[in-house]
Amino acid sequence: MKGRDLLRLAYGGFRGHRLRTLLSVLGVSAGIAAVVVLTSLGSAARDYITREFLSLGTNLLIVLPGKTETTGMVPVIGGVPHELTLEDAEYLERNLRSVKRMTPVVLGSARARHRNRARNVTVVGTSETFREVNGLTVARGIFLPRRVARKHEPVCVLGATVARELFGRENPLNQFVRVGGFRFRVIGVTAPRGMMLGADLDEMIEVPTRSAMKLFNRRGLFRLLIELKNEEAIPFVRRDVARLIKERHEGEEDITVFTQDALLATFGKILDAVTAALSAIAAISLAVAGIGIMNVMLVAVSERRNEIGLMKALGATRNQVTALFLTEAALLGGFGGAAGILFGTAACRVFTRIYPDFPVSPPLWAVAAAAFVALGVGAFFGGYPARKAARLDPVAALRSRG
Amino acid sequence: MIRLENISRTFFVGGRPVHALRKVSFSIAEGEYVTIMGASGSGKSTLLNILGCLDRPNAGRYFLDGREVGGMKDEELAAVRGHKIGFVFQAFHLVPRLTALENVELPMVFAGAERGARRRAAQKALETVGLADRAEHRPNQLSGGERQRVAIARSIVMKPAILLADEPTGNLDSRTGLEVIALLEKLNTSGMTLVIVTHDPKLGSRAPHLIRLSDGRVIEDVFPKGAVTAKRSINRAGERADENVAD
Repeated sequence: MKGRDLLRLAYGGFRGHRLRTLLSVLGVSAGIAAVVVLTSLGSAARDYITREFLSLGTNLLIVLPGKTETTGMVPVIGGVPHELTLEDAEYLERNLRSVKRMTPVVLGSARARHRNRARNVTVVGTSETFREVNGLTVARGIFLPRRVARKHEPVCVLGATVARELFGRENPLNQFVRVGGFRFRVIGVTAPRGMMLGADLDEMIEVPTRSAMKLFNRRGLFRLLIELKNEEAIPFVRRDVARLIKERHEGEEDITVFTQDALLATFGKILDAVTAALSAIAAISLAVAGIGIMNVMLVAVSERRNEIGLMKALGATRNQVTALFLTEAALLGGFGGAAGILFGTAACRVFTRIYPDFPVSPPLWAVAAAAFVALGVGAFFGGYPARKAARLDPVAALRSRG
Repeated sequence: MIRLENISRTFFVGGRPVHALRKVSFSIAEGEYVTIMGASGSGKSTLLNILGCLDRPNAGRYFLDGREVGGMKDEELAAVRGHKIGFVFQAFHLVPRLTALENVELPMVFAGAERGARRRAAQKALETVGLADRAEHRPNQLSGGERQRVAIARSIVMKPAILLADEPTGNLDSRTGLEVIALLEKLNTSGMTLVIVTHDPKLGSRAPHLIRLSDGRVIEDVFPKGAVTAKRSINRAGERADENVAD
């Protein structure tokens, strides 16, 4: 039997059962649409996070105060971890090699006011490098100069949203903003940048690190970003950071150093787990759809016993009968798959329209895999009915009514 | 061409054996016209199914063209059914969703024939049964007699050596039934071996070779007109030769 004839005969089997065929195709398409949407979401989430990290700059070490793992020691007096101070940062900068730039970051929330307008803002104590690392551009004025990081100087740079809401159409440059108990002179406004790892950069005010520490009455840094000149230096610098901090913190290594890769890997693991869970749900819906196909095929086999007997009398082998019903089931799966891919892609489009910052589009491999899975589901769940058809005794099959 | 030796077929109905055929033996030569007669339940349909390789006997041997059918695998049996035997059923058994032409093509589809060759052969078979103008009709657009003629066209499209007809007139009125029989007889005179199973004595009297079954046994295997054609006797001799080789 030629492949084309097989397809034609199998397709002909759907004639007269349009509703039944349509319903089982819909069943598969729902499952496949779920697979397409969920894998697209998973891959979009991964892309999103990777993109965010890449914009942080490569070869980045992130130093956090405190140790994330327990030491097993009984906390006696002085067991509280030392804070990571600006002096620590300066000491590291003086003694480390291969460092391109170092950004101490202090983070806090405060109320910013200009005349009668006020709003809550995130205050970032930092320096020029924060702009570089986050890919911020200055729309007006200048960013915080490098030198001001280490001393208190009452100047600030406004995020785009903050500038608009506090100053409206006025030019904010050289005007004053009251943040907490301090007055800061506006020296720059950043261009809109949007969300960055869940924080809106446009709703921030950047001030010199020292000033932010004064503002929040804090000695410790939120974190220290160290960008290295090259990737090879990462392990050495990492070791040196630990050693130098230990020297300054009375022999205690009370900091945690992350690399960007490690963070990415952690996110990757979480995403994998989430994706696996979602896939399991999709797999269940596919299994249900497959059982639907099996049901439809079993009905088809018992309805067409007569025809199966006839085919055998006309010289069809068992394998040909099997192939015919398998093809029919695979076609159900295939049509379901095609419809599912269309539905899934449409759903992704709608999603992207609603959340433009999080573009979801089905990756090619997911589409290909979905099509393959749909055919496979059809063939797998059609296998039993097809074998049943092939095993029918032709005499009995011919004698049956129908 | 066909030789049965002590063929028995037993069905088990509710655990009890029902002997449909008991040690049936006879031979049919190439080109013969045979009617198998018997009352309902005499085993004649079972016999036809065994002749058509649709069913297997429990005991005995069935030689088709000198080859024993009993040892054949499914694939070989399918090939025999497809190439050597043409079936005509009482209930026609046309596929309702296919046109007359497509129904006739079906055996060639399973045989893997090219589309063009198939079309030509099917068209020719329809011409032979006088239905060339009904090629694109579906079965429900045809009369009973026409349906049976399409079924006959389908049975001859592979140019089989043997035509097996199971009560071919059973679902037809007597006039169209006669037309169908005439058509089958015409095919027989052109060389095909014809075996008709019927309970109708009028049909039985038409054939030169009559086999009568009762209760699963052959009670009569006669040539009422005494006409044994030269071709037949030659074939008999040939078969005997085959046997000698086999022994």
